[in-house]
Amino acid sequence: MKIYGVAVLSVCFLAGQLAGEGLGRLFDFNGNIGGVGIAMLLLIICGDWMKRRGWIDTESESGIRFWSGMYIPVVVAMASTQHVKAALQGGWLAVIAGVGGSIFCFLLIPLLSGPRKGDRDATNA
Amino acid sequence: MTSLFESLTKYEVIIALMWVGMIMYVSHLFSRHLLRDKIPGVALAIGLGLVFAYFGGAKGVADHPLLAGMAVIGGSMMRDFSIVATAMGASISEIRKAGGRAILSLFIGILAAFGFGVVVALAMGYHDSVSVATIGAGACTFIVGPVTGTALGASSEVIAMSIATGVIKTIFVTIVTPLAAKRIGLDNPQTAMAYGGIIGTTSGVAAGLAATDPKLVPYGALTATFYTGMGCLLCPSVLFFILRLILG
Repeated sequence: MKIYGVAVLSVCFLAGQLAGEGLGRLFDFNGNIGGVGIAMLLLIICGDWMKRRGWIDTESESGIRFWSGMYIPVVVAMASTQHVKAALQGGWLAVIAGVGGSIFCFLLIPLLSGPRKGDRDATNA
Repeated sequence: MTSLFESLTKYEVIIALMWVGMIMYVSHLFSRHLLRDKIPGVALAIGLGLVFAYFGGAKGVADHPLLAGMAVIGGSMMRDFSIVATAMGASISEIRKAGGRAILSLFIGILAAFGFGVVVALAMGYHDSVSVATIGAGACTFIVGPVTGTALGASSEVIAMSIATGVIKTIFVTIVTPLAAKRIGLDNPQTAMAYGGIIGTTSGVAAGLAATDPKLVPYGALTATFYTGMGCLLCPSVLFFILRLILG
């Protein structure tokens, strides 16, 4: 049943959010620290464990896959509901700090990047 | 006729599903036939969403009653739920391989964005440590900015600016990621995790990776979701104290 997969996903989601809220309280910060990330780790570990025991079949997994596939439409909807006008009215400081800061961070990525797909293919060949 | 259409507003979420489907279909057609897949259809769809949002208000297109459901579909609950779902199928061994690098990337990302924001704020004539720190925090994400500003007691004008800075970062990252992906080697899970940690804006990272290669979304999103929380911890505390020591 598809709903079994969706239910497992929901349990991981809620447990992760609870842990995130708990971490927030622990550091005396009114918010959620990494709840989504913890939920993802839970789903990866639980999903793998349940699959190996045969508790999740392809039918249940397709319930999770559906929500995973809805992710891009959700992002399009999210982009459509941003306050774009206000962002552009924030003035030059916002534009320079936002765009410049992003470019600066982009330049730092190669410092920490993993082996490229191209490189890996070359070593395999 | 108008009242007949208005009767549909009670099905706002269904209308939103149809609307998003139409945006994606048109974008894919455009990408395939006019751009020969040079710019991915997903990137066009996100860009089109942003353009429509410009003509809306604080909630983008969701300010229009017929499209109010867009705020439900694009809201944080659905976003987080579908992001978590993408984790199904992510490889445990790839995450292990990038573990240390991912944690390092979070610290580097927050420090770099905060530092850059601070320099810009100083250059544009702000000198009190509270305002400078708030704008620096805004360069992290549009949540870290106002959280830091509120914690430190910054003026509402400065807080608004920090939100604008964060939103511009999100939009810029969304648009630029698929274009810059090749140049920064963003084609494997480990780099995606470092990218998520360094850039940090969950919406920008998620949208940018979706347009680059949907397989990389779970890896980038995994680290990015820790960024805002850590930024909210570090900016109003350690980073603010260091900044106050330097500025006097």
